[in-house]
Amino acid sequence: MNINATLIGQTIAFFIFVWFCMKYVWPPLMAAMEERKNKIAEGLAAGERGQKEHELAEKRAKEVLQEAHAEASDIINLANVRAGEMVEEAKSKATEEAAKVKKGAEAEIEQEIASAREVLREQVSILAVSAAEQIIKSEIDASKHKAIIDDVSGKLGVA
Amino acid sequence: MSGENLTSSEYIKHHLTNLTYGQHPDGSWGIAHGSEAAKEMGFWALNIDTLAVSIILGSLFLYFFKKAATAPTVGVPSGLQNFVEMVVEFVDDSVKDSFNGKNPLIAPLSLTIFVWIVLMNAMDLVPVDYIPHLGQLIGIPYLKVVPTTDPNMTFAMAIGVFFLIVFYSIKVKGPGGFFAELAFHPFPKFLMPFNLFLELVSLISKPISLALRLFGNMYAGEMIFILIALLPLGAQWALSVPWAIFHILIVILQAFIFMTLTIVYLSMAHEESH
Repeated sequence: MNINATLIGQTIAFFIFVWFCMKYVWPPLMAAMEERKNKIAEGLAAGERGQKEHELAEKRAKEVLQEAHAEASDIINLANVRAGEMVEEAKSKATEEAAKVKKGAEAEIEQEIASAREVLREQVSILAVSAAEQIIKSEIDASKHKAIIDDVSGKLGVA
Repeated sequence: MSGENLTSSEYIKHHLTNLTYGQHPDGSWGIAHGSEAAKEMGFWALNIDTLAVSIILGSLFLYFFKKAATAPTVGVPSGLQNFVEMVVEFVDDSVKDSFNGKNPLIAPLSLTIFVWIVLMNAMDLVPVDYIPHLGQLIGIPYLKVVPTTDPNMTFAMAIGVFFLIVFYSIKVKGPGGFFAELAFHPFPKFLMPFNLFLELVSLISKPISLALRLFGNMYAGEMIFILIALLPLGAQWALSVPWAIFHILIVILQAFIFMTLTIVYLSMAHEESH
């Protein structure tokens, strides 16, 4: 409890501590804290920037997606139209073809009929002639009854 | 209780006696036994316990803070560094709040004062018998472990602050300006001696109030711990626990008051006269 030389010793110690703190403790601490503060601020700013960029990218992606959607639907529409056209075209072509084939067939049939008739007529006429020959051979002279025979074969031709 | 055959007053006295080294009246050097013997040594004696504990604590403070200051700092801070930076920031804010000028000394000074006083005060929370008793076992007769209950300690810091007040008053205002502040205020010039007397008293009262406030608070707190230690064993904890918890507040509060007043006084020293 007595005031003594401890006072002096403590004052000296006090100043040494203060001096040491001022020289070696305070400045690096403050510098480090300042640096960290800057770093955190930078980090926050970077984060914000990143978020903004992210938002922008999202927006662009949405736009691109929308565009693609529109394009796709365009393409589908076009394809639909084209398909309809193609079907229509095919249909008309098919009917045309069918008509052509039918016509060809009809013509062939006609021709066939005509040729068959011709053949038939010839054979009939040959038959008739041979029959007539045999009759005539037995009875009449061919030249005498030619008019009759011709008349018959002509009738055959009409039928 | 520490002693075997001590009376209460002897016990208290023992706890309040510093380990003083000095010259005995008979001319030999040695450790004073009892405060009377220490008084007889006069001014040229040293309280070894106060010096040792305070210097150990101060070195501890500087060691840990230096460690935090030199550690790789920019990344995520470690626990120690976080704590240190919290304290530093707190002190820095206090300084910025009440000190307007620019002086690279003020903030480290405040930090040193604050942490050092907190550490020294916190010695109060160590149970009162532990360290003195341990000291007795290894042959140290007296050991007062709370340096701030020694007026030498508190006055030493207050005088240090006082030197700084005077130094910066003269540095900022010049010797004439400082004198003018003391002499021509608050009354007109023709009352100069009266002014001088008033202002000198107020100037000197600054360190004295600083020192006595801290000393008084810590001394009283220590005293109460000692008195509680005299109670029967069952009653001790019931009183010492609440008092210790309350004392934590005082420990920090007194350190904070000492620091804040130091800042304010030095801020006043930096300001041009009113």
